[in-house]
Amino acid sequence: MNKVIILILCLLALPATAVVEYHPFDDPAREQAYQTLISELRCLVCQNQTIADSNADLAKDLRQQVYDMLQQGKSQQDVVDFMTQRYGDFVMYRPAFGIKTALLWLGPIVFLLIGIVTVVVLARQKKVAAQTGLDSKQLGKLNEILQQGEED
Amino acid sequence: MLKLKYLLPLLLFVVLAVFLAIGLRLNPKDIPSPLIGKPAPAFSLPILATPEKTLSQQDLKGRVWLLNVWASWCVSCRQEHPLLLELAKRKLVSIVGLNYKDEASAAQQWLQKLGNPYDVSIMDSDGRVGIDYGVYGVPETFVVDKRGVIRYKHTGPVEPGDIERIFLPLLQTLNLEPA
Repeated sequence: MNKVIILILCLLALPATAVVEYHPFDDPAREQAYQTLISELRCLVCQNQTIADSNADLAKDLRQQVYDMLQQGKSQQDVVDFMTQRYGDFVMYRPAFGIKTALLWLGPIVFLLIGIVTVVVLARQKKVAAQTGLDSKQLGKLNEILQQGEED
Repeated sequence: MLKLKYLLPLLLFVVLAVFLAIGLRLNPKDIPSPLIGKPAPAFSLPILATPEKTLSQQDLKGRVWLLNVWASWCVSCRQEHPLLLELAKRKLVSIVGLNYKDEASAAQQWLQKLGNPYDVSIMDSDGRVGIDYGVYGVPETFVVDKRGVIRYKHTGPVEPGDIERIFLPLLQTLNLEPA
């Protein structure tokens, strides 16, 4: 029985650790901006968490900073500028497109294109091989012979 | 031609291995600071030893100074502390301590026990100046030139050898620059 009680108490205690400080907003638009910002800013102490998720002291300070700036009437972009001026592009989970971040944004597209081109080229070769019953080596030889024939 | 086809996976593996090896050697905590080459952010903070007085970055114009971010709760600050004491002895540079999110009494005890390398320490109790300097991992050390421009940032503790390898050459050049 005691074990069951302890288990229930443990389960009840779990949500308590997830509580973060409460920031009251009068304006729902500002609150929305706050939620968006804190889920897009990276916690630099625990780098794979947003400042919304992190319990680190710095994350708490940065949430406070975001809250204060929004309450002062600053725009979402103002907060983003403030953070990147101090912590660099790395602080944003989705950094602005620029010279430094171009590879980051375009890299996946480039790799996807390489993949598509490779697949298309291979598929064409296979198709030709299937139609003629010749492999690429034999096809090459065939082309050579045909060319020679034309030249003669 | 057929041989190359079989070698391709091996080549790809080598390329991948090289990239992973480079990745392993990078320090993910070492994020390039956007503040390098920019004026040191403004502050005006109470001095640890004499809290009724304040120090601002304007007071330091015309000299080369270090801003070392430290706290009595910071474990790796202990590790770099002897190196800072050694650097202070050389009298090459003014060392300003930014006592980050600390309690004055704890900070003062820490300095009494371990020695004080700082010409002056200032108290950033709520960490706002820390945010302005993009501090995310104490200790951090900034090198500021005579015109008040940040020239270098060291994230994490100063390691043995860093003083000779990085700081001394940089400080010597900066000391020669006109104010």
